[in-house]
Amino acid sequence: MIDSKTLPTNYVTKPEKRATSTGRSLRTDEMIINMGPQHPSTHGVLRLEIVVDGEIVVDVIPHIGYLHRCFEKHAEHMTNYQQVIPYADRMDYLSSMSNDWAYALTVERLLKLEVPQRVEYIRVIMAELQRIASHLIAVGTYAIDMGAFTPFLWCFRDRERILDLFEMTCGARLLYNYIWVGGVSHDLPAGFVEKAKDFCKDFRTTLKEVHDVLTYNEIFVKRTANVGVLPKDVAVNYSCSGPMLRGSGVDWDLRRDDPYGVYGKFEWGVQIGKGTKGTVGDCWDRYMVRMNEMEESTKIVEQAIAWLPEGNVQSAIPKRIRPEAGEMYARTESPRGELGFYVISDGTASPYRVKGRAPAFVNLSVLPEISKGAMIADLVAIVGSVDIVLGEVDR
Amino acid sequence: MGLLDYKFENSNILITSLDNLLNWARLSSLWQMQFGLACCAIEMMAASASNFDMMRFGVIPRATPRQCDVMIVSGTVTLKMASRIKRLYDQMPEPRYVISMGSCSNCGGPYWEHGYHVLKGVDRVIPVDVYVPGCPPRPEALLEGLMKLQEKVRKGSLVKVSA
Amino acid sequence: MTAQEIHDSLKAKFEGAVVEAKLDAPQPWIRIDEHRIRDVCRFLCDEPGFEFDYLMCLSGVDYNDGNLGVVYHLSSMPQKHKIVLKVRCTKEDPHVQSVASVWGTANWHEREAYDMFGIVFDEHPDLRRILCGDDYPGHPLRKDFKVPEFYNGMKVPY
Repeated sequence: MIDSKTLPTNYVTKPEKRATSTGRSLRTDEMIINMGPQHPSTHGVLRLEIVVDGEIVVDVIPHIGYLHRCFEKHAEHMTNYQQVIPYADRMDYLSSMSNDWAYALTVERLLKLEVPQRVEYIRVIMAELQRIASHLIAVGTYAIDMGAFTPFLWCFRDRERILDLFEMTCGARLLYNYIWVGGVSHDLPAGFVEKAKDFCKDFRTTLKEVHDVLTYNEIFVKRTANVGVLPKDVAVNYSCSGPMLRGSGVDWDLRRDDPYGVYGKFEWGVQIGKGTKGTVGDCWDRYMVRMNEMEESTKIVEQAIAWLPEGNVQSAIPKRIRPEAGEMYARTESPRGELGFYVISDGTASPYRVKGRAPAFVNLSVLPEISKGAMIADLVAIVGSVDIVLGEVDR
Repeated sequence: MGLLDYKFENSNILITSLDNLLNWARLSSLWQMQFGLACCAIEMMAASASNFDMMRFGVIPRATPRQCDVMIVSGTVTLKMASRIKRLYDQMPEPRYVISMGSCSNCGGPYWEHGYHVLKGVDRVIPVDVYVPGCPPRPEALLEGLMKLQEKVRKGSLVKVSA
Repeated sequence: MTAQEIHDSLKAKFEGAVVEAKLDAPQPWIRIDEHRIRDVCRFLCDEPGFEFDYLMCLSGVDYNDGNLGVVYHLSSMPQKHKIVLKVRCTKEDPHVQSVASVWGTANWHEREAYDMFGIVFDEHPDLRRILCGDDYPGHPLRKDFKVPEFYNGMKVPY
């Protein structure tokens, strides 16, 4: 898929360049390298089978399923629709709030239920704080992959402040079980609004610091610009979503294009890759989309906090929900992209079938397309820029 | 500055048993295998990052099992992964330790009943020294588990006296 | 374009391929013959006016009446409309045409449906199990699946 003519010459080694100092060409064989499931830069238990010719990647075959935790089977066996939420939490463990919301939204649409306004605002605040936290990990670990350790520590330092906010809301640091069908489990605690405001104010400084140390860092740019270019048509054909799709220059964000929640009321912009340092759709663009999205999320959180209405945080629904027989697919924009749930109800209190459409699963499937012809060291940069969470890939 | 200041008058000779010395050295540099499985791995990363700083205990992540003393099994062990964990454990040099972090690797956690692809406890394939409960355990809990492991190392003996 | 219009044009273009439809559901769906699904998808993807370029989701379903099903959720970025396609096959002969040549993303989704339900996608480029191990017994999301007692010497039930 990658057109070698449009790339810089040092990207793909041409066959005629492969010659020894004596002038004779060097006969090379293809070699198969196994990377993972225990490898520091596969971001979990991903295993890649790489066919290399010298240092050039000829083919990549991802092997997944090392974290297959049977989410869909568990969802079918629950005795109540609400009980699925803790399992949805554990799907994408870096953005549990978004998972809860996606599942709750699907069941609410199945029930044709409107939630109170305050709930909508709280959900937006939580989802956007979660987006910042998730992107902070994505950027921090990507920096480690590229050989920079300091941004990782800075990112985690600020992420802890978001986790503190979540902890004072629902008592958990990582897996929250906070957004329920029909509302949220608790109202916001006293002092949350002030702490969140403080965070938003300070966070811009952190962003600037990370920009200074990473974004325009010559080494970082050299490692990521023009690497792993994902063209627009391939991205759409492979149903990529989130920063992966927007990094390729496609102006598509479900918060705006398939609206849910109250995102329409806020002022914010969809960030797309522009190819500032190289080609549109390279690793640097995907990274930059994440950085810019954090800034937009901060804006949304500030507006949502300022306009937070009073009211109930739970709608009046029975303890055991029984949606009428039918089916629903609803999708939301999680930090990694289009997170959808397909729920079939047969009229009983437990779901008949729940399928999770995980963005990381779909985004990872394009990896073989974009890494052919890359150097083996660049493969690490490409895998890191996809930002996978294996819990979600394998479910 | 340190604990040992002003303990020595004119010499730097300290009398202790060989076991004590070796154990002190071993427990203050437990190198950890850089290896994350699931949600708990994020808390393990948080434990090694700024706010909790696990490195002050001498826990340094190493990318290869050949250089590791302790394996932190951080997350759900699936049937597909179990044989790989066994192999990684076999590759670690003796003496080696295992911390099982989180409910999933202790006993299957929330996946104990319908998890057709989940191993119900990592202790079915490798021996475990310390179990850290929680789903996921907080970084403080992991540090506590680490200190429990240090106690275990402190009580051990490498010098065998033949009868 | 409304679901009714899509349904009518499919009926006119592919005679006999539209088996069943429910157009008044919250998310209207059209059931297609399982041996003609690829041509229908290719038409929906390429034809101006339809342009279903984005396959949102592909799910396998066990209907527990001897039938398995595949559900395709399509959306169009330029036209901003959606439609749901369905196919059915029996458990004895679970063969469905693959749509991996239309949308690249269908490749892994179909492998997952094969892994979980045992639905065989004809002419799929690389139909292997994706989540469970190659030697895992049975297809776990079928309603009649029994958890194996042992797998590779490891006890599976608690």
